[in-house]
Amino acid sequence: MKVAPAHFCEKAMNECTAKALDNTAYGQQSSGHRSVWPEQIRRGVATVRQLLSHLETVGRCGGDSWTNVPVGRLTDGITGAGSKVLKLNLTTGFWLVGLQTVLVTGAVKASTAASPADPAVPSIFSPSSTPAYSIYHLSLFVLAVTGFIFVVVFSLLAYAVIKFRLRAEDDGREPAQIYGSNQVELAWTVIPVLIVVVLFLAAARVIHAIEDAKFPPGTTEITAIGHQFWWEYQYPGQGFVTANELHVPVSDREHPTPTHITLLSADTNHSFWVPQLAGKTDLIPNRVNSMWIDPHETGVFVGQCAQYCGTQHAKMLLRVIVESREDFDKWLANEKQPAATLDSVRQGRHIFETTACVNCHTVAGTNAKGKFGPDLTHLMSRETIASGAAANTQENLRLWIKDPDAIKPGSLMPAMQMSDQEIDAVTAYLLTLH
Amino acid sequence: MLDADSISKPMFVPPSEATTLPLFDRVHEWIVTVDHKKLGLMYLGYGILFLVIGGLEATVMRIQLAIPHNHFVSPQAFNELFTMHGTTMVFLVGMPLLFGFANYMVPLMIGARDMAFPRLNAWSFWMSALGGIILYFSFIGGNGLYGAGGAPDVGWFAYAPLTARAFSPGHSTDYWAIGLLVSGFGSIGTALNIVTTVLCMRCPGMTLGRMPLFVWLNMVMSAMVLIVISPLTAAQIMLLIDRYLGGHFFDTQAGGSAVIWMHFFWILGIPKCTCSSFRDSRSLRRLFPSSRASRSSDTPSWWPRP
Repeated sequence: MKVAPAHFCEKAMNECTAKALDNTAYGQQSSGHRSVWPEQIRRGVATVRQLLSHLETVGRCGGDSWTNVPVGRLTDGITGAGSKVLKLNLTTGFWLVGLQTVLVTGAVKASTAASPADPAVPSIFSPSSTPAYSIYHLSLFVLAVTGFIFVVVFSLLAYAVIKFRLRAEDDGREPAQIYGSNQVELAWTVIPVLIVVVLFLAAARVIHAIEDAKFPPGTTEITAIGHQFWWEYQYPGQGFVTANELHVPVSDREHPTPTHITLLSADTNHSFWVPQLAGKTDLIPNRVNSMWIDPHETGVFVGQCAQYCGTQHAKMLLRVIVESREDFDKWLANEKQPAATLDSVRQGRHIFETTACVNCHTVAGTNAKGKFGPDLTHLMSRETIASGAAANTQENLRLWIKDPDAIKPGSLMPAMQMSDQEIDAVTAYLLTLH
Repeated sequence: MLDADSISKPMFVPPSEATTLPLFDRVHEWIVTVDHKKLGLMYLGYGILFLVIGGLEATVMRIQLAIPHNHFVSPQAFNELFTMHGTTMVFLVGMPLLFGFANYMVPLMIGARDMAFPRLNAWSFWMSALGGIILYFSFIGGNGLYGAGGAPDVGWFAYAPLTARAFSPGHSTDYWAIGLLVSGFGSIGTALNIVTTVLCMRCPGMTLGRMPLFVWLNMVMSAMVLIVISPLTAAQIMLLIDRYLGGHFFDTQAGGSAVIWMHFFWILGIPKCTCSSFRDSRSLRRLFPSSRASRSSDTPSWWPRP
């Protein structure tokens, strides 16, 4: 292909850009000439930037969940100030508005599904625990090394492609084929080997620091057991079991009080992953794995099963609630209590204890001793149900008992086939399990 | 015996006459062919067909993921899509494209008349094709986890014990295992064929040292495929023994090991990725030097000369 001289291109481009700007000003579609593209791209990029900053502002106000774009706020924004910003670029960015409309329509439709309430966003780039810090720093180092290689290699590639491209004055003969150069071959063998060795040593150092850490006295011991599709947490020596929401004490940087988690699986492979606290570690049946965290600040840290484990793997969410030592002890004291027994919900309790519920669920202090599903002794002390799939509210609990597939299709909880009255009674009973 | 008449008759039927055959005969010719070029083209066509199918599966997944809490496909269907997409791209796209180029180019580049085992070559292609057909037949013939859906839904790595009867009833996992087993036989056959061709059928004077880099890469990749597909094929057989004959290789409930499946799978998976990157870089290496312009004076002065 012949390439026109640069000055010609530049002139043509200027003319076309002027024309395109004219068209844009009158809100018409631009001519579609190729040289219009730089201007189009510039405007497109500006639109994307505005859209992103708009989304970011909305997002900062607080979303519905970390898996969920802030649905309500986003809809408000589009009918309010946000849409004005977008209209300015309607001609060049019309497709973006269309895209956003599709997104919003879809999101509004999707928002009818139950969603947990939490603003936290999990990110490996905001670590809050020693293992996560080590991994974060390692990833920055690897990114720097590979980024440098990327820039060098692609600069050379671009240089070679441009410098040695086919030109009009070329005679079409096969170029001189240069074979072999000991210097070059040595260089591109030895340097990559050195880079790999450096990366290996850096990774080995982090692995050693995390895997072989010594635990000070006062370490909290927890056993986490993965199930399809929820988490069981045992606090050995404390005499209680809980599910899905892991409570751990905050750790001081000077006097660390880490939490050591033994990882087991009841069925298939799972993986315990809370990005801000530590790397992933698999829970493998017939095998004992372990990991540790020492969160430096209190708050809720969300995570997710990170090893495909079956139909509802996607909604096998987990949250780690990091508390001050006092709050943690208070929580422990409450968890050790047997379940509340209020006379006002005797009917619901009777239904619960005389149906299949007890085959899978435990409520301490009653005849419900099932092990297959989550322990419900202190169900209402948890913020979510169905392993983080829905907020723990009366409506969601009711829906969950009536039709689990409405919240988490493919979960192993069966629909209980109760009458509405019975469901109301059982829900009322569950609501007393603080 | 040779008279002037028979000498003047062409011994070789030119291709222009072949095209005048009826459609049935032409299709039949492609089906029964043992010609390395035809098989190479068929491998490439097979790879491109599944590239399109795998791409469509990926598109559906991206639509599902475009917005949060989307209900475009069910969780079950999504799991089937990523399982089939992964399996398709690695075994039904990566492998045939690798073998397609090798089949077409290697005999030409080393001066061989055909591959070392032409019939094995045809058999391997049709085994691979059969594997793909078995895998995709699962969409109408299989049963997924919890009896729902059809295609395999255990992930393209199919970690045990999710593939055990207890967690994956129905036949979708069997389609996955048998499909890969059968196409694995094909891959082993072709890999063996390419290595043998390169080692034994080079024209006189072409030592291994003088062999084009492209052929070298093909031979190395084929050797790698030969080494890494065999454990996977063995693992598929072990999985089928677990599922049908009450074996306990990967049955963690009975003392089996889930980790050993991971080893079996990734001894294939990691080299396979290397193969794919070799395949692409090798093609680039063919393209770049020959299309480079001929201004040797443009070679930078610091570039070492032999």
